[in-house]
Amino acid sequence: MAKQSYAQALVDGIYDSLAADDRASMIGSYVLGLGPQRNLMDRIREDFPDRIVDPPTAEAGAAATGVGAAMAGMRPFVDLGTGSFTYLAMSQITNEAAVSSYMSNGRISAGVTFHLLHGVRGGGAAQHSHSPQSMLCNAPGLEVVAPYSAADAYGLVRAAFQSQNPTVIASHAKLLGIETEVPDKKSVVTIGKADVKRKGRDVTIVANSLMTHYSLLAAEQLARDGIDAEVVDMRTLVPLDEETILDSVKRTGRLVVVDECPLRCGIASEVSASVAEHGFDLLKAPIARVTRAHVPVPFSLPLEEAITPDPAKIAAAARKVMKNG
Amino acid sequence: MPTPLPDDVAWRLLESMLLIRRFEEAVLRMSQEGQFRGHYHLYIGQEATGTAVMSVLEPRDRLNSTHRNHGHVLARGAEPGKAMAEILGKATGLIGGRGGTIHLCDPDLGFLHTSGIVGGCISLGVGGGYACKQKKDGSVCATFFGDGALEEGVSFEALNIASLWKLPVLFMCENNSTGSWAPGEGYPTLVHASTDLRLIPQSVGIRTMRVDGADAAAVREAVSDAVARCRRGEGPAFIEAMTKRWPGSNPLWPEPATGVTDIRIATGETQAGGAHKDWIENHDPVLRLARALAGGGNDARTRLYALDAAVKARIDDAVNFAIDSPLPAPATAFDHVFA
Repeated sequence: MAKQSYAQALVDGIYDSLAADDRASMIGSYVLGLGPQRNLMDRIREDFPDRIVDPPTAEAGAAATGVGAAMAGMRPFVDLGTGSFTYLAMSQITNEAAVSSYMSNGRISAGVTFHLLHGVRGGGAAQHSHSPQSMLCNAPGLEVVAPYSAADAYGLVRAAFQSQNPTVIASHAKLLGIETEVPDKKSVVTIGKADVKRKGRDVTIVANSLMTHYSLLAAEQLARDGIDAEVVDMRTLVPLDEETILDSVKRTGRLVVVDECPLRCGIASEVSASVAEHGFDLLKAPIARVTRAHVPVPFSLPLEEAITPDPAKIAAAARKVMKNG
Repeated sequence: MPTPLPDDVAWRLLESMLLIRRFEEAVLRMSQEGQFRGHYHLYIGQEATGTAVMSVLEPRDRLNSTHRNHGHVLARGAEPGKAMAEILGKATGLIGGRGGTIHLCDPDLGFLHTSGIVGGCISLGVGGGYACKQKKDGSVCATFFGDGALEEGVSFEALNIASLWKLPVLFMCENNSTGSWAPGEGYPTLVHASTDLRLIPQSVGIRTMRVDGADAAAVREAVSDAVARCRRGEGPAFIEAMTKRWPGSNPLWPEPATGVTDIRIATGETQAGGAHKDWIENHDPVLRLARALAGGGNDARTRLYALDAAVKARIDDAVNFAIDSPLPAPATAFDHVFA
């Protein structure tokens, strides 16, 4: 199977979405940030000049433009840039887009896609390292996806453009250059479905975004110790695919949840609570959460590493869960 | 001076304005009777503005409204019974009782959504304009907001984007802060360092006009010009419609400050009185247009009274429909989170 970078697959997904639907357009085109992949966007700029606009530095205004246009039946993709800037557009996302279907009794929909580059990107310090998706998961009416693989990045961006609902795509800045296998013909991935990326019988590791990559690396370390870890990639955060997660825990009896959002009220907390609530009897040991520490992100490398999940921390948590119970 | 309205247009506008007035009087009465919950905002005193704007817009155009939306929704042609039912939280409401007074909206009539967030409305309107431009069909988006919306930062972003991209957006600023109470005494009104709100859109190159918002002919003329420019691709326009705030909107909660409108004041058959005599005589847009039309003689007077009676009957039916309608079933609270 051929390999492709996350960034390339994401660009392919946007390109094919624009080609498939005249209503689709891009508000903001710096989806890939300022890194080496940014030139991949040139193909879209060249082939769809009438359907790509770059807004002023105005996250709320750009987001509102996308939401209003979606309410009028268009399919805009709004580039929010670095995830930290999401907060500037929070009212438009959570208080306008998210509530539109519900408040209109299903008569209005806002099929807008928001894209943000989340995560501890390296040297971003406290203001350019955010993962705001856990806050967005707390706004009913939003679909929130955080893919890991190139194939899923393609498939979920296609699904987001097609969805009648407001959909947030959180891409980790460190995933952009990571290559994974893609089929010859990439296809749409259904929103709301998790995927078992590695089969295993001893412990379930549930992760998303870059943390799925780290969990797969951790699983290799664990295999050398004779621990066979199963890695479930959430892919979609809302709606949460509890069934796939519970099915895996049923097989392994042990659970580690990995996420880069801060610990409190984060995605790992939500997954843990759901499993404790609906699968308590399946568990042979207490659940472990591996998340970003509940502190702002520091600039200096050793400080940054100290608060951020990595494969070693995930493996350590899995070993601890194996010793308990 | 604006060009006088043709007679048939003037009567049509008056009917719409009277419908809004009698609707709002019924809303106020029902609030005081405890028929519905929550804070609300009445459009009394601004009927000429919304009605005149809607008389210019076409069915293909988009629009969006604010917390003070009842007049916009009715002037655009929504069913008064369904609008009233929405305010009472009934299943038969325009949006099933999920929005209430602050979010009245009729998507079939081109409304994007009605945002109760100050500044939310103006920014969504830019998105409506973006869609109109993408569709290349000559449609425009009219976005209504009050003077207070220009205190919000997102309004500047919205104006800037609309101007940069030459979007067909009619920014309809309804300035109802003139004649309002001093800060701290009642419902919050305009708190702005700028002494002229037109300077804000002008700073990003948007053409502005200021009109008397109680003069339906003046609003209609300004909107016709602005909308024509939008359709020609000349970019957005900003109209500031000035109205003398209705005294009943000054307190924290609406009060029947001027009572139930006596249409006979327009014919001179009765005289205005009370603490708000000046507002009734000089600033009430409904009586102003009615007075102009009733000057046409006995036939006009008879027509005016008949029109008012017919409108009142329509509002009575709307109220009865709303009161008799069922509340939504609790289980439906889980519907429509997603489209």
